[in-house]
Amino acid sequence: MNDPKYTGQEFKVIGSRVKRPDGIDKVTGRARYGADMNAPGQLVALMLRSPHAHARIKKIDISKAEKLPGVKAVITAADLPDLTEGNAGLFDTLENSMARDRALYDGHAVAGVAAIDKSTAKKALKLIKVTYEKLPHVTDVDDALEDDAPIIQPRYATEGQHGNLINKGEFGQGDIDQGFAEADVIVERSYKTGQTHQGYIEPHACLASVSPDGTGELWVTTQGHYSYRNTCAQLLGMDIAKLKVTSSEIGGGFGGKTHVWMEPIALALSRKANRPVKMVMSREEVFKASGPTCSTSMEIKIGAKKDGTIVAARAECRYMNGAFPGMWGTLGGMTAFACYSIPNNKAIGVNVLCNRPKVAAYRAPSAPMMAFGVESTIDQLSKELGIDPVELRLKNVAREGTQAPYGPVWGPIGIEPTLEAVRDHPHMKAKLGKNQGRGVACGFWFNIGGQTCSDLNIGPDGTVNLTVGTIDVGGARASLAMIAAEELGITYEDVKVNIGDTSSLGHNDTTEGSRGTFSSGMAAIFAARKAVDVLKERAAKMWQIPVESVIWEDGSARANGKEHSNLSPLTLKDIAKKAGSTGGPIAGHHEATAEGAGVSFASHIVDVEVDPETGKTQILRYTVVQDAGKAIHPDYVEGQFQGAAAQGIGWALNEEYIYGKDGRLQNSGFLDYRIPVCSDLPSIDTKILEIPNPGHPYGIRGVGETSIVPPLGAIGNAVSNAVGVRMYEVPMSPPRILKALDEAGV
Amino acid sequence: MRYESPTTTKEAVALLAQEKGQAYVLAGGTDLLVRLRLDTIEPDLMVDIKRIPAMTEIKKTATGFKIGAAISGATLGKNKALLKAWPGVVEATNLIGSDQVQGRCTMAGNLCNASPAADSVPAMIAAGAKAIIVGKKKRTVAVEKIIIGPGQTILEKGEMIEAISLPAAVKNSADAYLRFIPRTEMDIAVVGVAISLKLKRGVIESARVALGAVAPTPLLVKEAAKAIIGTKLDDEALDALAAACSSACNPIDDKRGTIEYRRRVAGVLAKRTAKIAYERAGGK
Repeated sequence: MNDPKYTGQEFKVIGSRVKRPDGIDKVTGRARYGADMNAPGQLVALMLRSPHAHARIKKIDISKAEKLPGVKAVITAADLPDLTEGNAGLFDTLENSMARDRALYDGHAVAGVAAIDKSTAKKALKLIKVTYEKLPHVTDVDDALEDDAPIIQPRYATEGQHGNLINKGEFGQGDIDQGFAEADVIVERSYKTGQTHQGYIEPHACLASVSPDGTGELWVTTQGHYSYRNTCAQLLGMDIAKLKVTSSEIGGGFGGKTHVWMEPIALALSRKANRPVKMVMSREEVFKASGPTCSTSMEIKIGAKKDGTIVAARAECRYMNGAFPGMWGTLGGMTAFACYSIPNNKAIGVNVLCNRPKVAAYRAPSAPMMAFGVESTIDQLSKELGIDPVELRLKNVAREGTQAPYGPVWGPIGIEPTLEAVRDHPHMKAKLGKNQGRGVACGFWFNIGGQTCSDLNIGPDGTVNLTVGTIDVGGARASLAMIAAEELGITYEDVKVNIGDTSSLGHNDTTEGSRGTFSSGMAAIFAARKAVDVLKERAAKMWQIPVESVIWEDGSARANGKEHSNLSPLTLKDIAKKAGSTGGPIAGHHEATAEGAGVSFASHIVDVEVDPETGKTQILRYTVVQDAGKAIHPDYVEGQFQGAAAQGIGWALNEEYIYGKDGRLQNSGFLDYRIPVCSDLPSIDTKILEIPNPGHPYGIRGVGETSIVPPLGAIGNAVSNAVGVRMYEVPMSPPRILKALDEAGV
Repeated sequence: MRYESPTTTKEAVALLAQEKGQAYVLAGGTDLLVRLRLDTIEPDLMVDIKRIPAMTEIKKTATGFKIGAAISGATLGKNKALLKAWPGVVEATNLIGSDQVQGRCTMAGNLCNASPAADSVPAMIAAGAKAIIVGKKKRTVAVEKIIIGPGQTILEKGEMIEAISLPAAVKNSADAYLRFIPRTEMDIAVVGVAISLKLKRGVIESARVALGAVAPTPLLVKEAAKAIIGTKLDDEALDALAAACSSACNPIDDKRGTIEYRRRVAGVLAKRTAKIAYERAGGK
C-alpha cells in the first residue's frame, strides 16, 4: 500500500486548474504574515549591528540602555552561553545570530534590545556603547585567497591550505588529461558572478514568547518551522517539545527562510524580559544580515572532437560562503556537467570565507553560477566547431542510463526532451532585428525528499482536513488538497489543508529542495489510502458484511458480489455521518523519510535587444521548457517556471551586492539592488513536459527551482549573439556591457 | 512632532518662521516620509501645504503657467495645456516613482529635495522655469539657482516654494527629457538630459540644455546649447552637443554608475533628447 512507485493511474482532479485556497485572504489582507501577530503586553525588539566589516569587540557597555525607562531587556553574546556541545554548524548559527568576540561582516548583530515601543528601543540602541578594534577585511572571493588576506574564521583554517579555504567538493569521471589530449577544439574561459539576494518581499519577522516555566512559542515567517524549533531550542537550552513554532503565511523565501537569523535573539529577549517580544527586520537588515547567495569566480574548460563529441570538461568554481562555511561549492560541483554525458569530466566547487553575511540557500543554490560558466563555454565551443548550439547540446546530452558526474545512474530524465522541445519551438524560428540576439541554455537541479509526517482527518460532514508540516511557499496547499481529493474520490473543495504547528505533527523537514509537494504529496496519498481502509471497514460494519467484500470507487464504498447487489453504495459523507456509532473519528496518518525524489531539467530560450550606445539589455521574449514529472496544478507549475526565470533575469542583468572599499554594503535597499519590475519582463512563455518520476506514485518531480539555473547562461549567450561580445561577468549591467563593447572595438 | 495643515500661505510661512526646532514642509511626502521612516530626519514640526488653495492649482497666466507647490505628478500629467506647451517638463515629472508615487509627488518637492538625480529639475531648468519663494518677502528665482549641493538649496529658514512658474509656449518651440535607468521604471536616473529649443525656419534659434545625475547639482550647460544653436541638428551639431554634455559632467563613481559611463551616456542621451525636441518643434 505504501509503495511509492509510479503506477500511471488515471486522474480526475490532478492536472486541473482549481482556485487557489489562499487567494481571497491574500488579496483582501486577511492573511497573517510574520509581522501580523500580536500578543498582550508584547515588547518591540531591535538589534544593534556592526558598522564594520571586521572588528574585534573589545567591550559592550549596555548599562545606560538598561537604565532607560521602558527598556525591559538588553542582551549581548554574554547572555547566550555556548550550549552547542561541539556541533560546529550550530555554533556558527549562534555566532551569526549574535557576534561574540568579533563582528564578522557589516550588519552582524552585536546586541539586542526589547522595549515597550519602537522609539524607546531606538533610543536604547543609541545608548549602547561598543568599543571596536577594526580589523583588516576582505569581501571578494578571489582576494580572500590571496596570501595577505585576513583569516575570517581561524577555527576553520586547515594547515597546508589558505585559511579562508574551507574545503573543495570534487566530482567527475574518467581521465580529463587524456580527454583533453583527444580533443580537437578546446575552449577555456574565466567567469565571475555577483552576490544576489532572494529578494523576498516579506522581511524576517517573528513574535516570541518564553514563559518562566520553560515553555515557549514562536510565530514566525519560515520555510521550516521544525528546523527553527530544533535550532532555537538547542541554542537556548530548551526541550524541543516545549517550544511550539507556528509558521505564518510566507511572503517569499526562495531558500532565505530555511535558516534562523534573529529568531533565537527574539526568544532570548522574551525569556529575559518575561514578556512576548516582536521583532521585524528592516529591509536594510534583510540585505545585510540574512542569507544571500554566493558570489563566484570560476574557470571552465571544455574540449570536443570536430564532430561535436565533447570528450573532456573541467570546472573549478570558488563560492563565497560569507563569514561561515556552507556546502555551496560542493553543490555547484555536483551540478556542473549534470546535463551532459561527457566521458572525462571534473568539477571542483571550492568553499571560501569572506567578510559578508552567512550565505543561505537561494533557489537551486549554487547551480546558476556554474551553469553560467558551463553554458557560456558550450556556446563558444559551438561557434568554434561551427555546430548549432542546440544540436551540440543534444549530441552530448545525458540520457537514461548515463552515469551522472556525481555518481547515480540516471533513470528517465528530461534534459533531451526539453532540448528537443526547444529546437522545435516556434520561438526558435521567430525573426530577430538589429541588435537583437537569441540564447539557449540548460539547467539541472536535484530535488530532495526527506522527513515527512501528515494527518488526514475526516469530519462528521465528510469534509476533510489534511494537516501537513511542510509550509506552503509555492502553492502546496492547493496541490495537496487535489491529491487528497483524488485519492478519496471527493471534490477539491471538500478538502482543507492546514499547516500544522510543530506540536501537532512529528518532525517535518523544511520546505526546500523542491520537496514540499513531492514528499507531503506522497504522505497525503498514503494517509488518504489509510483513511480509505478505515472507511471500508466502517461501511462493512454498516452493511454487516465482511470488509473483504467492500471496494472503494469514486468516493464511495461499494459492496462487491451478487449477494450484495441490494446494497446501494455508501458515500464518504454517508460513512462519515455515522462514524460516531461505527468506531469513532476516521483518520489516516503517514510518516516516512520520503525517498526517490526525481531530478529535474530545464532548457530556456531568450531573445534580447542590446542598446549598443548605453549597454542596456531588454528581454524581448522568454520561453521556459521544464520537466515537471507530473504537474499537479499546472497554473502553479507555470508560475514556478516564470518566477524562477524572472529571478534569473534579475540576477543576469542588474542584481548585485555592491561593497565599498570599507567593506560595507552600499546598496541595502530595493532602489539600488535592482530586482526586475513588471515592465522589465515580457510575458514568460512556458512549456511543461511530464516525464514521470518513477519514485513517486503520481510521477511528481520538484518544480520550483530548476528554472533559475539556465537564465544567466541563456542571457549571456543571447547578448553575445546580439552585439558580438561575450560577457564573462554577471550581472551584465549596462556599464559592463558598454565596457565590453568598447574593449571589443564593436 | 507637531503636524499642522494651514489653509493660507501666510499661516504656513508664519508656522515655519516661528518654529525653533526642525521644521519641514510636507507636500507629497514621497521623500519626506521615507526619510522619516529611515530615521534620517527627526522633525519637530511638519507643515502640510496640501490644504492651501494657492498651492493646489495650475493657473494659466498672461506670461505662462503657475503650478502650485502641492500639485501632484498625476494632476500635472492630466493638464492638456501644460502637456502641449511643456511636454518635456510633464514627462520628466511623470517619470518619478510609481503610479502610487505619482498621485503624491510634486515638482516643488522634487526641487527642494535637491537630489542631483531629480528628474523634473533638469526639465524645469531647460524650460526656464522659476521658483516663486515665499517667506519674509516674496522672491522669484531661476530653478537652476535653487540647488547648491546634494540636499542643499538656497531656501532660508522660514522660506518655502509656493509655486513654479513656466513661460508661455512659443510657436515652433518644444522640450524633451530622457533619463537613463537600468530598469524600465521605478528607478533613479543615472543620467538625465533635458533640452528645450526654438526653431526659426528649421534652424535652432535658441536652446537650453540641462543635465541631471552627472554632478553634485543639476547643470545648465550653455556650451551644449551653443553647439546646436544655428544648426538644423545635423550630425556634426549632434556630435558637438554630445561632446559638450560629456565634458560638462562632473560625476562620481558610485553604485549607480561609473564616471566614464555617465559621461558617455550623457552624450548619447543628449543626442536622442535633442532629436525629440527638434521634431516636436516642427523640425525635420
